[in-house]
Amino acid sequence: MGGSGSRLSKELLAEYQDLTFLTKQEILLANCWLLLHPLHPSGSSRASPSTVPGTQAHRRFCELLPQEHRSTEESLHTRVSLEQILSLPELKANPFKERICRVFSTSPARDSLSFEDFLDLLSVFSDTATPDLKSHYAFRIFDFDDDGTLNREDLSQLVNCLTGPGEDTQLSASEMKQLIDNILEESDIDRDGTINLSEFQHVISRSPDFASSFKIVL
Amino acid sequence: MAQPLPFVLNVPEIPEDHDREPSPYDESEVHDSFHQLIQEQSQCVAEEGLELRQRGLGAAAPGTSGSGRQALVGPEDAAAYSTATLRILASMPSRTIGRSRGAIISQYYNRTVRLRRRVSRPQLGGVGRSARPSLRLYDLELDPAALEEEEKRSLLVKELQSLTVAQRGHMLKGMPLGLAEKRSLREESRTLTGKPRERRGRRGLFPCCGWLRDTCVLVGASGLGWAQGRQVGGGALVPSCPLGGLSPPPPPPPPPAQPGSWGLTLLPFSPWCPQALHGLGLWLLAGLHGLKPWRYALKRIGGQFGSSVLSYFLFLKTLLAFNALLLLPLLAFVVGVQAAFPPPASPGPVPAFTGLELLTGGGRLTHTVMYYGYYSNSTLNPPCVPAPDGGQCGRETDGLPYNMPLAYLFTVGGAFFITCITLVYSMSHSFGESYRVGSTSGVHAITVFCSWDHKVTQRRASRLQHDNIRTHLKELLAEGQLRQGPRSVCGRLRQVAVLGLVWLLCLAITLGCTVAVYAFSELMIQSPVSAEQGGALLALPVVVCLLNLGAPYLYRGLAALERHDSPVLQVYVAVCRNLILKMVILGILCYHWLGRRVGALRDQCWENFVGQELYRLMVLDFIFILLDTLFGELVWRLISERKLKRKEKPEFDIAGNVLELIYGQTLTWLGVLFAPLLPAVQIIKLVFLFYIKKTSLMANCQAPRRPWLASHMSTVFISLLCFPSFLGAAVFLCYAVWQVKPSSTCGPFRTLDTMYEAGKVWVRRLEKAGPRVSWLPWVHRYLVENTFPVYLVSALLLAVIYLNIQVVKGQRKVICLLREQISNEGEDKIFLINKLHSVYEKKERSSPPVF
Repeated sequence: MGGSGSRLSKELLAEYQDLTFLTKQEILLANCWLLLHPLHPSGSSRASPSTVPGTQAHRRFCELLPQEHRSTEESLHTRVSLEQILSLPELKANPFKERICRVFSTSPARDSLSFEDFLDLLSVFSDTATPDLKSHYAFRIFDFDDDGTLNREDLSQLVNCLTGPGEDTQLSASEMKQLIDNILEESDIDRDGTINLSEFQHVISRSPDFASSFKIVL
Repeated sequence: MAQPLPFVLNVPEIPEDHDREPSPYDESEVHDSFHQLIQEQSQCVAEEGLELRQRGLGAAAPGTSGSGRQALVGPEDAAAYSTATLRILASMPSRTIGRSRGAIISQYYNRTVRLRRRVSRPQLGGVGRSARPSLRLYDLELDPAALEEEEKRSLLVKELQSLTVAQRGHMLKGMPLGLAEKRSLREESRTLTGKPRERRGRRGLFPCCGWLRDTCVLVGASGLGWAQGRQVGGGALVPSCPLGGLSPPPPPPPPPAQPGSWGLTLLPFSPWCPQALHGLGLWLLAGLHGLKPWRYALKRIGGQFGSSVLSYFLFLKTLLAFNALLLLPLLAFVVGVQAAFPPPASPGPVPAFTGLELLTGGGRLTHTVMYYGYYSNSTLNPPCVPAPDGGQCGRETDGLPYNMPLAYLFTVGGAFFITCITLVYSMSHSFGESYRVGSTSGVHAITVFCSWDHKVTQRRASRLQHDNIRTHLKELLAEGQLRQGPRSVCGRLRQVAVLGLVWLLCLAITLGCTVAVYAFSELMIQSPVSAEQGGALLALPVVVCLLNLGAPYLYRGLAALERHDSPVLQVYVAVCRNLILKMVILGILCYHWLGRRVGALRDQCWENFVGQELYRLMVLDFIFILLDTLFGELVWRLISERKLKRKEKPEFDIAGNVLELIYGQTLTWLGVLFAPLLPAVQIIKLVFLFYIKKTSLMANCQAPRRPWLASHMSTVFISLLCFPSFLGAAVFLCYAVWQVKPSSTCGPFRTLDTMYEAGKVWVRRLEKAGPRVSWLPWVHRYLVENTFPVYLVSALLLAVIYLNIQVVKGQRKVICLLREQISNEGEDKIFLINKLHSVYEKKERSSPPVF
């Protein structure tokens, strides 16, 4: 089977371990998600669902990859399109999923994720990542127009994401304005009308719950 | 073009932080020193001769108009600025750091510099004002960004090279850059000194092969990398450990990159490597779940109900760990030893096992390792057991004597001490996590930025979270408006009256429960039941559990009358009432056992009785929790769905459930002296409870609607576990050990006046034994019997607490000062922006735009 080469080489694995906050197990699990097809139903019977609970949903995802890309390390460079990533069970209920994918994508059009991008994503959302790193990426996720600061539009988009997608669930215009005024009042320390990264991190640092909620369990 | 370099090199000369972590979590990092910018810009302008210089004079001249505008033009008017001003604003470092890679690199360069300097020599005294160093790279976007980035990058690489391997790894890990970027940074910082030629040659090659080779170079370059690589390859049998440093010493590094030798090195790996890796992968995946019990279950709970409900289950897991910690030494030094050398069997007939013993803990179970009474008061000596008749087996000659009373006392004491240390440690850790200076301000921003729980994976749960956040935001907004309008005197009076009434009623209920328990326990003493009628023994525990079950519902009903402003306060009040009830009942029971029962059971083994009583309480508590789960959650859901036609499921009462856990844990701690296997029972109970609660939660409940400060509440819970629960149990046990006369018919202390005497007797014997261990009696006399060390330690503790409070106060003051400074500099910034704006306006008016 082509699967013999599709596993991570040990050097790569060690390197990923050095450069991300993921443990070996998590990297392998992530690899299973995206690439390894021994977990594929037809691939091998060795991995029973009881040993890897939760992979049943991921198997479906492994199937998404075209067959010819599953072998060798070129699979590490195969890009998985945004829609496929968004259908991951861990992301599909997340209102920020598009933003998350865009922030972590390294492709020019920002519409696909490679395995390494995916590892980056998991690393930032892992248990052990530093709060600094987490808040940095949280900022980039919330910065909808990618201009480096959170301005009023970013904030209103963020609040809309939080309150839900429907028209009826959104805050009224006056409520929104008041809320954004309050937020800026509280966190825009240098009064330039926007929240920059430092101010954002300052706010985040005061919330002990941020690190535990900014987490995706693999 | 050449300008950025000297600027950059200036940076390290500014000692930014004195002894703090260089993280944006510092207040100092937030601040932007704009007077530096002014200086820099004026310098820059002077040197480079921009057009700005000519206008700059013009702009500086009408300073009065500029400062006049400053007050008028607020940040809200930013949209009015010209595009050129906006462009300059957009390239300010405070903004670029959020989006451009160059800015990130330079920021991390500065951090690396700081890290290195801190390692190499202590920081000099602080210079009050400091610029964020990345500011100095700011060059009015005259340079192409790419060039700048390349330079910063090489600087960063240089800095990284001067760090140790571990520091470099740590630094790289924490950088908010992509993996590919990090990898190339790492490669460069490793190979630049060694073989830059090769690195350049590799660039054009196809990447996978290049990686492999590079990683092999890395493997050769550092033993760490090699060790890890080896672990991966051969680790199918070796348990994985996160640090490579523990694995076998690194073999001699392979010869550096020659294409031929790579093939040789890699060849022996290639045939078995995939298979081994595959096996390893599966093995690890399987082992993952062994290492992290309930990982998947916890993930599901987190995904469906969010962090708040998850905190209950995590607390349960913590309790399991505490019990395991308590049980292990007991098993090893007391239970195991006694089971290996059983004492002579009691003369009476062994009662048959009926099944009721599992509830009462009496009958057949009485004379087993389960209870205190079974343990012998002699030294255990293995060789004496096979020769019971002989006097030839001398105690001193054969093996090490095992003094059971001493082992019993010291093991329980030691286990309690370990638990205490762990508890205090985890409490302080939890406090450190959840207590942040100034965390009370900025509730809107924190709600918006931090409230989404990314763990949630279910659409339904996600919708619920949307609803909760929306409600919470609306409440916050409404609250802000409410606070402005003062409430009427009449309304406030009524609220106070209701509050007082409810509290009175609650206290009355508590008092009633206490009196009921006391009266019932007196009744039990006056009409003693024999051990045979096991069922009657259950009467007192049933009453206690019934009160424990019923009273919280009464409290909840009463709490519906009083309307608290904040839901958090409501939770606290509920926790407080329930806690008072439980502690008072337990206090009465303790008095009943140690004060009354000891007297009543003169000729019997009262320790066994207390152990059994606690066992019964624990088992019945478990049964009542089951009943509560069944009726409180399942039946209530059915009723509300079928009859009331409500869509909503009942909420999971986190606080109440956690209090139940704390109560159960208190029972365990109280009973561990009298029934050493009680922690084992508790462990079994907790495991069952986990699955039952999980099932019930999945089927019947929904996450609470109120916002729940998970880390805050878990701190509160662990403090409750420490303060009334553990401390109360410790006081109870200390009293039992120091003051109460142990029963004379059973147990390891049967000949002594108090349990503590065992230690004294031992010390006396040591004194006789010889001068070699004479320090021990000395220690005993001056440290244990003397009260002075106790005072000393408590004084030290108080001093430490006082110091901590002062430090926090000081930090708060510093934060206030920094805040002031920042807002002043914000004004500077606005002033500058306005000035820039006016410059450009003039320029546009006088000449066609240059940019």
